[in-house]
Amino acid sequence: MKQFLSFVKKEFHHIFRDVRTMFILLAMPVAQIIIFGFALTNEVKNSKIAVWDQSVDAATASLVSELEASRYFELEQAIHTPGEIETIFKKGEVKLVVIFPPHFNEDLQHFNKAQVQLIADASDPNVANTLTNYASAIILDYQNRITQNRKMPYTITTEMRMLYNPELKGAYNFVPGVMAMVLLLVCTMMTAITIVREKEMGTMEVMLVSPMKPFRIVLAKAVPYLLLSSVNIASILLLSKYVLDVPINGSLLLLIGESFLFTLVSLALGLLISSGAESQQTAMFISLVGMFLPTVMLSGFMFPVENMPLPLRTVSNIVPAKWYYIIVKSVMIKGTGLHTVWKETLVLAGMLVFFLGLAMRNFKIRLA
Amino acid sequence: MADKVIIAEKLTKRFGDFTAVDAISFEVNRGEIFGFLGANGAGKTTAMRMLSGLSMPTSGKATVAGFDVYRENEKIKRNIGYMSQKFSLYEDLTVRENIRFYAGIYGKSSSFIREKTNSVLQELHLTGEADKLVRSLPLGWKQKLAFSVAIFHEPRLVFLDEPTGGVDPVTRREFWNLIYEAAASGITVFVTTHYMDEAEYCNRVSIMVDGRIDALDTPGGLKRSFNAVSMDEVFLKLARKAVRTAD
Repeated sequence: MKQFLSFVKKEFHHIFRDVRTMFILLAMPVAQIIIFGFALTNEVKNSKIAVWDQSVDAATASLVSELEASRYFELEQAIHTPGEIETIFKKGEVKLVVIFPPHFNEDLQHFNKAQVQLIADASDPNVANTLTNYASAIILDYQNRITQNRKMPYTITTEMRMLYNPELKGAYNFVPGVMAMVLLLVCTMMTAITIVREKEMGTMEVMLVSPMKPFRIVLAKAVPYLLLSSVNIASILLLSKYVLDVPINGSLLLLIGESFLFTLVSLALGLLISSGAESQQTAMFISLVGMFLPTVMLSGFMFPVENMPLPLRTVSNIVPAKWYYIIVKSVMIKGTGLHTVWKETLVLAGMLVFFLGLAMRNFKIRLA
Repeated sequence: MADKVIIAEKLTKRFGDFTAVDAISFEVNRGEIFGFLGANGAGKTTAMRMLSGLSMPTSGKATVAGFDVYRENEKIKRNIGYMSQKFSLYEDLTVRENIRFYAGIYGKSSSFIREKTNSVLQELHLTGEADKLVRSLPLGWKQKLAFSVAIFHEPRLVFLDEPTGGVDPVTRREFWNLIYEAAASGITVFVTTHYMDEAEYCNRVSIMVDGRIDALDTPGGLKRSFNAVSMDEVFLKLARKAVRTAD
């Protein structure tokens, strides 16, 4: 035990004396959650629009003011010639142009039919899509209101409700994803690198010759990262609750427990990588390509797994982050309990046993 | 016999079809400086790994510090020290922290560590540098410190794997003074080297060629029987017979 403690202490010295390591371990999680939470949202807010109103009547005026009143749009300028459309899109600030043809109100009143054209800058297709959807919704809304006054027999309105995330906040999606990414980065990559560094420096050899058991050595190296991960879990949860306003709807204890389980899986993966890699570069490469990339791509955090082709969906099942992501979303956002995520929990526990067993076996083989 | 620190009898290690170490037999006495020579790929490292409990022999018998290499490798580990050419110190720890760490993994008590640290620091004239990072020390000092760390837990036997690689001749000479002191205090020294002048400093020298020990005697004895003026010449005469190429 004393051996073990002196080892853990030494490991903390390594961490605290290396500015880069400290940065990756403690500053990066905070930076990531803030970047993902604020900057990289796919919500559209205050997009600048331009209006070419060739009609200028009561109907167009109220439509424009409705668009402007919504928090999605901000009227940047009015234009008066077709040539200007091209010019303002080229400038890049305006993302959507609304064009009312002449006699808009007259058409609406007399023929019950009027046209509005929406032209969007689709160089970013997602934004263009969202903007046109928002704008059509606002226009439809307006149309419904005026048709009600005219006693039309049937009016079909589409009502949408966004469950769990009524405001469609991006942070709800990103926080669980970032948690998975950070824990994986800290536990898998940093643990793998630090163990392989000892191999490179030749200090691992000296320790193997010492009475300390090989698996104890790597375990002692993993302990500080486990502790630092707890700090990260806490800081991410605090930031997301108090800065990003993401609620913790389920049990905090369950959430922390599941995060701890995922941390252990990541550590086991780190140990497994370190048992195979001979250089720090290799360890980093395997961690980034083999762990980080699948986590970003296949966990469902960036792209929905349901929409992927079958082979990718199958592969996504072996990505631990996918299961953790499902768990965090259920517990944190939907507020469900263990009874809904026990299957995912079981999968993670199984992975832990499997990876840890494999890592232990690899370390034993090295010694034979 | 209590005075034999290493006894190897037909010790063999095979990796598949490849016989890395081919039935070597030798004995090393207590307090002896035993030179273990051989070209790259001759099987020195494999032999050393078997003796230090890192690798299981395929066949043959060996005891180290009186313990069997097959069954008692944990006990062997407690009684040996090891230093490689990489020096194995942590550059981002201070001199004192390095000593404390390595003594700690051998399970030494805090009071033992404290007292012995001071005497080692004095011996090495490093008292003023005790709380400096090892990174800032010159190479020669690191090397001497690494040796002191390797024998800090007072092992009966210390393995030195090319300990003087990349060090200038003056520092090497100083390093050998430390080895002599250790041997005088009863620690057996098992050393591999590529420098033939260092072979002359050993009490006895074995030369491995293609996994076998082809010669084993005092440096003087070897020179006489190979009719050579220096160990260099002895080594070249033997190494030329090698079939294996260096790895």
